[in-house]
Amino acid sequence: MLPPILALHIPDGFLDIPVSTVGWVLFLFVLAFALRQTRQQFGERQTPLMGILAAFVFAAQMLNFPVAGGTSGHLLGATLVAIFVGPWAMVIVMTCVVGIQSLLFQDGGLLAMGFNIVNMGIISGFVGYAVYSGINKLLHNNPSAQLISAGIGAWSSVVIASIATALELAISGTSSFALALPAMAGIHAVIGIGEALITVAALVFVRQTRPDLLEANAPTANTGSRWIVVGLVIALLLTVVSPLANPNPDGLERVAEDNGFISKAQEPAYTLLPDYTVPFIESEIFTTILAGVFGVLVVAGVSLGMGKFSEKKQISGSDHTEQTASS
Amino acid sequence: MNSIILQRYESRDSFLHQLDARVKFITTLLMIIGILLTPQNSWIAYPLLWTVLGILATIAEIGAWRISRLAGLALPFALAGITLLVTTPGNPITEFAGLTITDNGLARFLAILFKSWLSMQVALLLAFTTDFTDLLWALENLHFPATLITVIGLMYRYLFTLKDEAQRLLQARVARSGRHEGGKSGGSLLWRAQITGGMVGNLFLRSYERSERVYAAMLARGYNGHIRHREAPPLTWQMIAPATIPVILFLIIQIIVRL
Repeated sequence: MLPPILALHIPDGFLDIPVSTVGWVLFLFVLAFALRQTRQQFGERQTPLMGILAAFVFAAQMLNFPVAGGTSGHLLGATLVAIFVGPWAMVIVMTCVVGIQSLLFQDGGLLAMGFNIVNMGIISGFVGYAVYSGINKLLHNNPSAQLISAGIGAWSSVVIASIATALELAISGTSSFALALPAMAGIHAVIGIGEALITVAALVFVRQTRPDLLEANAPTANTGSRWIVVGLVIALLLTVVSPLANPNPDGLERVAEDNGFISKAQEPAYTLLPDYTVPFIESEIFTTILAGVFGVLVVAGVSLGMGKFSEKKQISGSDHTEQTASS
Repeated sequence: MNSIILQRYESRDSFLHQLDARVKFITTLLMIIGILLTPQNSWIAYPLLWTVLGILATIAEIGAWRISRLAGLALPFALAGITLLVTTPGNPITEFAGLTITDNGLARFLAILFKSWLSMQVALLLAFTTDFTDLLWALENLHFPATLITVIGLMYRYLFTLKDEAQRLLQARVARSGRHEGGKSGGSLLWRAQITGGMVGNLFLRSYERSERVYAAMLARGYNGHIRHREAPPLTWQMIAPATIPVILFLIIQIIVRL
């Protein structure tokens, strides 16, 4: 078994040059914005705070606990940092962490660094934070809601990062989307549990010791809903891009047919959108996109509705990003 | 308390060590791009590229063998590409566990493996021959956002301190967790996760409070939001010329394999 963190650091050679360039552009764009935001938020304190928190994430990743069979759980950290100091500061902190891992330890490539930061910092932390503030809001921000939403947020952040990684590999043609997505998302759905447990426990500890810190950076009602939108947009973007990921979409099915096990493939218990295509629409790519978008919206709608009905305590399946894994 | 290395840099007087860090960084990127450009099925390119890297590693007094071996570190990631073996259409070569491995699939998989391994060696060369503070200085003068570079510099400074804090926490946990040789680790999974989470929270608070102290200390020394930096000397052709040699060699290799 790989050390969990390895599975997300893409080395050079796995992303082709155009894809790497897109990653760098995306990263620099968000970074420029994040730098401006944190300067407003923290002023002169920005530099020492971000620098030391980046070192904290790096050191915190050393704190592991044995899970089973020689594997151990440890932290990615994006959601935790976003909860503590806000999502924009998180972008800078994670940029430093991933950047230094690549420059100093060659953990992740140099050309691939753009997308590594986008995956493990930006997408992961934004979605984690969006889920956190979204569920928190739906559950009316009581103390236990905060912990539940932090746990689900941390879990989603790891899973979404793995989905994004699988997607980029597939677009570069270095991995088969049909196989890599379930494998990556599956492994990280398990790793994500460790992330969720650590995040929640860390939050409990900090809340008992320095509650003032959490209150200072808690999402207000306004920014909370803004971040739900951000999470939704990222989930939608990933679904829109996903059909591009497979230059050879029926590769796996062909293999399956060759070997005659396509008939053995288990039908899911229920399928809302069979084969991820909307009937009556011809172009396959468009229907896949449409089906994905539809899926995300349905899940988001359902979770909003659930939140409205269940005044308190209902955790529900209100985590839209987690559902993207299957859409 | 130093169970993990925090820098690969080895102080030497080799030619590569003395090159300007800005030039080295750009050359590194160009060489990685040069490796990635290798077309499908041009197998002759890989030993040629590797020879160039081996010569560079020898000049840098690191050793071609050592750098090749270390570059294998990235190979576990290749698991992500292993699916190509069976999903790429082509002529079947062999069957494995009921899946047909195709010739094209094997070719693509091997190409990714070689490219990743060679790119890793280039990155290692940079790390072995460039002190990290020089590298940051170079990045700043290549117009990476100055604030970000300052933050990374601070991070690097406190990496060692916080790593030691983390190790003290780990040591404290070990000291309190007696168990029989080969026995089960104590407590349930949930309990273990909770303990680790508490340690993370603890470390966060120590870091956060340290950042407040550091900020106060910086203010006391006249910090006003800006950090002064060493002025960069302008790049001259004498500094750039030697670095163009491997890039030109890579270019020639790429042209040869396309003939």
